[in-house]
Amino acid sequence: MATTSISFAESSLLNLVLRRADDALILGHRLSEWCGHAPMVEEDIALANIALDLVGQARSLYGYAALVEGSGLTEDHFAYRREQHQYRNCLLVEQPNGDFAATIVRQVLFSAFMDLYWREMMTSRDKALAAMAGKAEKETAYHLRHSGEWLIRLGDGTDDSHERAQTALDELWVYTGELFEADDIERGLAQSGVAPDVLSLEGSWNQRLAPILREARLEIPQAPFMQSGGRSGRHSEHVGYILADLQYLQRTHPEAVW
Amino acid sequence: MSEKHLPLWEVFIRSRSGLAHKHCGSLHAADAEMALQAARDVYTRRGEGNSIWVVPSSAIVASDPADKDELFEPALSKIYRHPTFYDVPDEVGHM
Amino acid sequence: MYTQALNGIPDEATDQSSEAARFQARVDAEQKIEPNDWMPDAYRRTLVRQISQHAHSEIVGMLPEGNWITRAPSLKRKVALLAKVQDEAGHGLYLYAAAETLDVSREELIGQLLAGKAKYSSIFNYPTLTWADIGAIGWLVDGAAIMNQIPLCRCSYGPYARAMIRICKEESFHQRQGYEIMLTLARGTPEQKAMAQDALNRWWWPCLMMFGPPDSESQHSDQSTRWKIKRFSNDDLRQKFIDATVPQAHYLGLTIPDKELAYDDASGHWKIGPIDWAEFKRVLAGGGPCNRERMRARRKAHEDGAWVREAALAYAQKRRARREAMQIAAE
Repeated sequence: MATTSISFAESSLLNLVLRRADDALILGHRLSEWCGHAPMVEEDIALANIALDLVGQARSLYGYAALVEGSGLTEDHFAYRREQHQYRNCLLVEQPNGDFAATIVRQVLFSAFMDLYWREMMTSRDKALAAMAGKAEKETAYHLRHSGEWLIRLGDGTDDSHERAQTALDELWVYTGELFEADDIERGLAQSGVAPDVLSLEGSWNQRLAPILREARLEIPQAPFMQSGGRSGRHSEHVGYILADLQYLQRTHPEAVW
Repeated sequence: MSEKHLPLWEVFIRSRSGLAHKHCGSLHAADAEMALQAARDVYTRRGEGNSIWVVPSSAIVASDPADKDELFEPALSKIYRHPTFYDVPDEVGHM
Repeated sequence: MYTQALNGIPDEATDQSSEAARFQARVDAEQKIEPNDWMPDAYRRTLVRQISQHAHSEIVGMLPEGNWITRAPSLKRKVALLAKVQDEAGHGLYLYAAAETLDVSREELIGQLLAGKAKYSSIFNYPTLTWADIGAIGWLVDGAAIMNQIPLCRCSYGPYARAMIRICKEESFHQRQGYEIMLTLARGTPEQKAMAQDALNRWWWPCLMMFGPPDSESQHSDQSTRWKIKRFSNDDLRQKFIDATVPQAHYLGLTIPDKELAYDDASGHWKIGPIDWAEFKRVLAGGGPCNRERMRARRKAHEDGAWVREAALAYAQKRRARREAMQIAAE
């Protein structure tokens, strides 16, 4: 039997849309794993809200990807029928939930980036992306507020929570460099006014984080090197397991409608 | 630590601008900011509101049901406070 | 809003018999009982037991469906399922809050659940083995729950009734999304249809057990009916569910797993074969396929979350102290 994966030509624009879509889907997937297992029922609901926002963003973006691709693929083809190396998400979002501190740190680092990103994307020459950014920015601003307030409480809570928060920050920091990596695709689309220049966001990102980390009494880690590879499809080992769950039914019953 | 468990908060939501905030439920949170966020996440999932108040449950003072008669009965007999108590001829029109 | 501050009327100080008569008269007149009102101890105990069981069921009920969130077969199904499981968390929360108006804390109630002293709906001790189970749970389990819950919107206890109104309103999409999943499967590939039939086979009888033991054996019914906590008997609600569901199954082209099922012209009801009450008792007593897993998952979430709750409390405490210190310094 032929493969159940889709094949498509990946233009720069399509690649960029898939980066944003895959980030949202994979992080939404991770957060949805919390549902039913959070520290208090209020937080089950809060994390599910963030996950729903993210999967919602992913759906809009995959829908646009399908439009850009133009051969009749759907959001689900992009979400479910690609091979691991075709996923364009950054390494940060695929990291396991760990304890609540790791989940919160991952969220703060990512949301602080995306909030800036969406805000700039609102003025994109690409009207569809600008419209999606307008909606996503409001959602992301709240994600940052929620996770930021939690990080302050964990960092400045008990000795135990402080240590967990600092450990999570130390461990996840190495995945933040990738957020600002401007390859030819990012650079090209930034130059043509379609997408923000990610390289230019790093300074603002540090400024966004600084007061949160200060209030949380956390130290910015000294990372001698950064990890990257997600944007070009070289992921961590975790992604295989995420996709095994995510794609299981679509791959087992490729002809089925759900 | 003065408290062992997350305290209880009462949540009031304004459903549309112009309306008063209305009590809609309770939740547990460690402090006001977290209570506000939890109220947003729990009680406005379906677009139920555009403004939220949260109040520590312990800050609410309630009337005692045993005092119901002395508190509320006296008002029932003061019918002259209501417009229907007064006769105005129909010819005068709406007043 | 419910404050405990003015609840301090000792029972001994009141005339039990006349208070009790007045209470029953109010219930008979369909007036709502509110948290600070006098109520018989047994009424309070019954409500705490029932509302907390109901809350626990919502929270434990998140687990079997939560299983499938990461494996949902399309993004549309994924967001619907996640929103549904999230609603269940919300419903658990509303119900814990309703129980808390009766002078018992959420921590105590959760403690009872984790210690194995409190019950929850035994339906959640069955496994979700395929995607069709998500359809079957929405259609059948939520369908049965709605039958039980709609009359509770008129329960004599105000906070419980109000929580149930909100819950019923939110739940109205749950059953429809479940049925839509079943319909899609029933009209799908042969494998999908088989999956749907298999799910119905496994969930049908446990769903009928959700209404509780037959009226002839139900311990609490009489008093609960007098107190207007319960409006219909277990058997009446079960029959209502069967009558509503059998035609829905036929529409799907699926077979109800009951050889004795037959329509009775005289009564206008579908008659079913005997329910295996031994299974019901076994699952309730801890012998269901997933009792241990469910409790283990809840205990783990509670224990793993302890340091988070402690941190939030410690931070609130520190911030209060800092603010007070600043005020003193300013004075």
